[in-house]
Amino acid sequence: MNYSKSQLISLVALRFIVGWHFLYEGLTKIFTPSWTSKAYLLDSGGFASSFFVWIAKNQTLLTFNDTINAWVLTLIGLFLILGCFEHLATIMGMLLLSLYYLSHPPFPGIDYMFPSDGSYFIINKTIVEIASLAVICCFPTAHIIGIKRFFNKNRRK
Amino acid sequence: MDSDNTISGSKQYSRREILAGLASIPVIGVIGYGLFQHINDRNKKLAPLLDDISSILPKGISPVVEGETIRLGIVGTGSRGKYLMKALGFLHPSRLDQYIESAKKSNEWAQYLNDFYAQEDLNIEITAICDVFDKNANWGVETAANIHRNGTGGKMGNAPKRFLTYQELVASPDVDAVIIATPDHLHIPVALEAVKNNKHIYCEKPLSCTVEETFAIREAVKESEIIFQLGHQGRQTENYHIAKSLINIGVIGKISLIEVCTNRNDPNGAWVYEIDPDANENTIDWKQFIGPAPWHEFSLERFFRWRCWWDYSTGLSGDLFTHEYDALNQILGLGIPHSATASGGIYYYKDGRTVPDVLNMAFEYPNRELTLLYSATLASEKERGKVIMGHDAYMELNKTLLVVADPKSTRYKEKIEKGIIEPHKPIFSYVPGQEKVDAITTPTEKYFAGRGLLYTYRDGKSFDTSHLHLREWLNCIRLNNGLQPSCDIDQAFEEAITAHMGTISYLQGRRTYWDADKQKII
Repeated sequence: MNYSKSQLISLVALRFIVGWHFLYEGLTKIFTPSWTSKAYLLDSGGFASSFFVWIAKNQTLLTFNDTINAWVLTLIGLFLILGCFEHLATIMGMLLLSLYYLSHPPFPGIDYMFPSDGSYFIINKTIVEIASLAVICCFPTAHIIGIKRFFNKNRRK
Repeated sequence: MDSDNTISGSKQYSRREILAGLASIPVIGVIGYGLFQHINDRNKKLAPLLDDISSILPKGISPVVEGETIRLGIVGTGSRGKYLMKALGFLHPSRLDQYIESAKKSNEWAQYLNDFYAQEDLNIEITAICDVFDKNANWGVETAANIHRNGTGGKMGNAPKRFLTYQELVASPDVDAVIIATPDHLHIPVALEAVKNNKHIYCEKPLSCTVEETFAIREAVKESEIIFQLGHQGRQTENYHIAKSLINIGVIGKISLIEVCTNRNDPNGAWVYEIDPDANENTIDWKQFIGPAPWHEFSLERFFRWRCWWDYSTGLSGDLFTHEYDALNQILGLGIPHSATASGGIYYYKDGRTVPDVLNMAFEYPNRELTLLYSATLASEKERGKVIMGHDAYMELNKTLLVVADPKSTRYKEKIEKGIIEPHKPIFSYVPGQEKVDAITTPTEKYFAGRGLLYTYRDGKSFDTSHLHLREWLNCIRLNNGLQPSCDIDQAFEEAITAHMGTISYLQGRRTYWDADKQKII
């Protein structure tokens, strides 16, 4: 895929920005020993809330969920910033964010104890980030700016 | 390719290619720096408090002490009695059917049911039941027979004997220990009879209905060798244990004022309970219900809503303030106050009740240089936690625990000036169920800490505090080494006298005093 200079800059910037967000969220969770998603999950709403509450109330599942969440966030962030496994990272990211969205869908009539940082109706920042990941997935740049370049068999001569 | 821009080796990359490939490394560096700053900042904030707190979470629960099966008699199998039976591991088969049905539809119920099944076997047998209402008594008998925790049609164990009077029940040789879950005015008559028969006692709160019987039961229990536990299950609440540890190491400084409250706003909360359609003069032993209370003609309202009349109840002071008081007595070892002043009235529920629905009480502790304030209404549900106000910080205890530094604190002055501690923001918060304690928690936890959650935990696992409280009592009975449970007769005595001082002050419209030397309310 050939990009113009401005397209490449925009796409790489988008990849870095989303990766930055994922990596920092993941690392702060890993480095905060007391961090748990318990309260967040207990506060979930919408049709899938019982699933998230079920996780929150099962200590083994919760610990597993917390660990996986923090590490997956970190790895997605690292891959996006470094520019490797871009396809895998974006798909994993979209799946993870979809779970976040399903746990707290901004549908009318659902109130959350945890305050939201804005006003949303169906579309929230999670959806915006999912869309960003979809763009990154469809318009890969890691083979141009990223360490994938070193592993690319069809490396430009 | 320009030879100047190549690196020798098996694979050759141009300088431009290397730059493009590694363009993100500086980004990782910036994030790493940001993270380092974040952790550093957090550790700085953690250090001031956590240096002092090695491990303040109560560790686990004591195992059920091995020994012979304890044979229990239960006096009073109304709503509280039924709840205690559940905490002991016994549910009526039809109630269990309902639980199972509800669990199919709701995760909350599924968890509730699981918690019940997970409750450890306490190695007890309920051999005797006594209730003045036939329906309650029969329900109690059927519940106690459900030793395998089955639904309707399942295998049952031996049914306990139903006794028509508590005197016969406590005298039975098949009873080792008695649980008293009667209305307030019958607690001590049953308890005194139990001590006389050398039976261990678990008595629901409040201890007593009158001052005189408070002294009588203390003397009787102290002269006996029985194990006595008052039913303040808050003794098992994890939050209170943590609060005590924090206060002991001076986290909130010198305490001058404590504020505790009761807020309820529905008929059930105001003791206007439903009247059972099967209840009548033929199914209720009215004379036995009246017991030591002044005679009154048969009244279903008085029978089911007994908490509304002084004849059988201790009102807000005995019924609800005692929960607050016992929590604080546990945390601070307050003891009996020097004086009490109370006021209030029947301002909302003008339904013929004699006990007030709004009550304010002030208890003075000049020796501790602090005041304990209680205010209650049964007509507003505004949530107000227990607040312990110290010079250096205040502690708010709800379902969660918060410590918030005072802007004018001496202890934290330097840290506030350096910006390490932000006044008005929690410097410590604990959400039950978390396995770790932090001075600074994540925004989510901080928020939830403020709003409160409904779980009580030990080692991250939820427990029914009543189960733990009964278990502690049963363990003491089996240990048989003189060890009394956490809410023993001395703690119970302090609870009752304090509540009576408030009630007397309200009823007589004067300040009451405790003469510690003469052991008398004046």
